[in-house]
This record gives sequence, C-alpha cells and structure tokens, in this order.
Amino acid sequence: MHIVDGALSNPVVIGGALAAAGGIAVGLKSLEIDRIPTAGVLSASFFVASLIHVPIGPSSVHLILNGLAGLLLGWAAFPALFVGLLLQAVFFGFGGLTVLGVNTFNIAMPAVLAWMIFGRLIGRGSPVQGAIWGGLGGAFAIAATTLFVAVSLALTGDEFLPAAKLVFFAHIPVMAIEAVLTGFAVLLARKVKPELFLKGSSA
Amino acid sequence: MAHALEPKATTLAEASSDAPYGVIGDLDPRVRVVMACVFAISTVALTTIPALMAALSAAISLLVMSRLPIRRTLKRMAMMDSFIIFMLVLLPFTMPGDEMFSVFGFPASWQGLWKAIEIGLTANAVILTVMVLVGTMEPVTLGHALHKLRCPEVLVHLLMFTVRYIEVLREEYLRLRGAMKIRGFRPGTNWHTYRSFGYLVGMMLVRAIERSERILGAMKCRGFSGRLLLLQEFSMTRKDHLFVALLSGVCLGLLFLDYV
Repeated sequence: MHIVDGALSNPVVIGGALAAAGGIAVGLKSLEIDRIPTAGVLSASFFVASLIHVPIGPSSVHLILNGLAGLLLGWAAFPALFVGLLLQAVFFGFGGLTVLGVNTFNIAMPAVLAWMIFGRLIGRGSPVQGAIWGGLGGAFAIAATTLFVAVSLALTGDEFLPAAKLVFFAHIPVMAIEAVLTGFAVLLARKVKPELFLKGSSA
Repeated sequence: MAHALEPKATTLAEASSDAPYGVIGDLDPRVRVVMACVFAISTVALTTIPALMAALSAAISLLVMSRLPIRRTLKRMAMMDSFIIFMLVLLPFTMPGDEMFSVFGFPASWQGLWKAIEIGLTANAVILTVMVLVGTMEPVTLGHALHKLRCPEVLVHLLMFTVRYIEVLREEYLRLRGAMKIRGFRPGTNWHTYRSFGYLVGMMLVRAIERSERILGAMKCRGFSGRLLLLQEFSMTRKDHLFVALLSGVCLGLLFLDYV
C-alpha cells in the first residue's frame, strides 16, 4: 500500500503533502493536552498491530486497521497515522520520504471518513450491531485507501492504470479480513469497555 | 527500533549505550534530518538513468561512511523492493512505446522498462539515505531534532509517545500471543483465527486505553503542562558545516549531471 519515492508526478506529490499537512493541522487542533497520551498510545498500538500477519490461504497479509484508528481517534488519526508512517519510513525503510504526504493522506483520510460515517453508529444499539457497523467501517477504510492509491497512480499517468486496478482487486480479500477483524475488535471493546466508543464518537 | 522487525537485533536500551555510526553518528541531528530531505527532493527531481545511478552510489557511500551493517541494511532496502516489484514488472507492458519483446501477445516497451528502472533507482537511493542519515538516530533524538526544526509541539509529543510505547505494546502483544499459543491456538485460514485475531486487537486497544489513563494520571501528578523539556542541546560544529557543504555539492552535481 505504500507508494515509493519517484513513482508519482510532482503535482500529485505536492498536492498530497498539502492535503496531509491540512489534515494533520486539523487533527492536532482537536488534540487537547489531556488526550495526547491516549492518542500516542493508540498510535503505538496501531503501529504494533500493523506488524501482525494474518494468514490467508497459502500467504499472509499484514493489518492496516486505519478504519479502527479513525473510529477511535477521529481527526487525530491524521497525526497519529502520520507518525506511524514516518517511523516506518525512517527506521524500517518502508515507503519513502517525499511521498510521505501522499501516503499519509491515502491512509488517514479514509480513517477520518470512516469515523464521520460510522463513528456514531458503533456506539449505539447492541454490541453486535456496533460490531457490524465497525466491520463495515473497517472494510470501507481499506476500500477507500486502495481507491486513493489507485487515483494517485492514475493522476500520475495512464501507464499506471492497470497497476492501479490490480492494487484495488488484490486488496479485496484484505478488505474482508479487515472488516472481520475490526468487527470483532469493536465487539470485544463494546463488551469489555463500553464507554470507549461513546467517548470516541463525541471526540 | 528495528528490533520490532528482527527479533535478534538489540533492544532500544542496549543500542543506545554508544553511537557507533562513524562519521554520520557525530553529526548534528538537525543537519541529518534537513540534509536527508534535501537529498530526497534532489533525487526525486532527477530523470536520467546515469544521474540516478550516481545518486544511488552517493547513498551507498553514505552507508559505508555510517558503518551500518551493510548486508542487513541492503536487505531491508530490498524488502521495500518486494512491495513495488509487481508494479515495476507491469510497467513495460502498460506503457506504450517501442516493442522490446512480447509475452502471450502483450508487448513490453523499452520506455516502460526505463521508467521502471528509474523508479526503482530513485526509491532505493532515497530510502537508503533516509535510513542512514535519520534511521541511525535514537528515535527520541529524532523527536528533539524535529522540535528544534519548529515542528508543532503536539506532533512531537505524539511522536515521542509512539516511540516510547511501541516497545511496551509489542511486549504486551507477544504476551497475548504467548497466552493464545499455550492454549493451542494455531493461525490458519478460518473463522476461528480471524475472530481470535480480532479479539486480540480489541484487547490490545482496551489495554492501551486503560494504560493511557494511568499515564495521564501519572503525568498530571508531575505537573505536565504540554511543554517539551529538552534534555539535549544541539550545536553545529565544523564537521556539520563541512557535511552540509559536501552533500549540497553532491546534490547540485547530480542535478547538473541530469541537466546535461
């Protein structure tokens, strides 16, 4: 899902950087001092969760969980996921430096959208209902992320269109897995700590 | 921090005992961050293969200067390549141009091949430089350097928290996985696995939130006001000025090589 340096055209890179900066600014504004530890610890847990490999057939995929990050953090998902991507690029060599803005936008904007659409719904009704909405949010975030990646590639040049389509279809199983996992994660959280999403939806 | 990927690598605490990164380790962290960005932007601006080869050689010379384990670092760089390889393989077939050969009736173009090589060289040169210049820093030092470079304070706080708790939460994750394993859990492609992983993630998040409440309490108790107190003073020395001059020269040279 990471786009690397040199793949995208300059307007896409600059546009992505500006959009990401805007999102991060909104996210930072929404973070009062009291919520910094929560956002920081959640940012770290999503970093760790992205190292989990889930088997699928003969292969395995690693989790992204940006939908869940959005549902818990709202706009603060922007800076939180940016920090994760920055650390991945610098210390693991995943992704790139100049494309950090595009990558942040592609992963964090769907998280915020998932929160806007599904955020209120997961705190309502029975835990199972909440889990289903959470699952839909998780699938939606991955679908939107792959779509954004595809659009960034397509805006760069037509020669990337087949690759962009391939990225989208290759991620359909990932969407399903993220949906199931996000659903169960919400289900557990609703049962164990019901106030979590009630707080989250008003944040 | 790399130990999150490679279990055998030393932990954060052990690695910080001395900074063995040769010439690079002595440089001012702010200089390293800024120059990594300068180099990245110059490299992305390059469009010819010889200039990009030169950029990659410059990155490799930085790697040699840093005394990082060369094989391990290159291996990690190659790990990123495995992510992009399929896009690069597709490119010759999807970019129109002079036919090179064809597979099952799909023509591959030279232009596409050059474009793929171009992207591969750029990506590797930049990521290698970033890993050598910035990745050799203590994550906390990176936070301080970013703060000195006028990054928003809240963002730096967030970075520091993330850095601090990644290791703690990874241990918690491993503890939970250990608990699952001892109860006979074996991951496979089935509903039970996905449900268990979902609960695992959910449990990690619940524990993380509860942990963060305790942290907040502890920080309030010590009078946290949102200010960053820096433990390190950075200072530019002659070495730093020399490094800035040299690497800027290299960047200009690359751009010139690209231009002619």
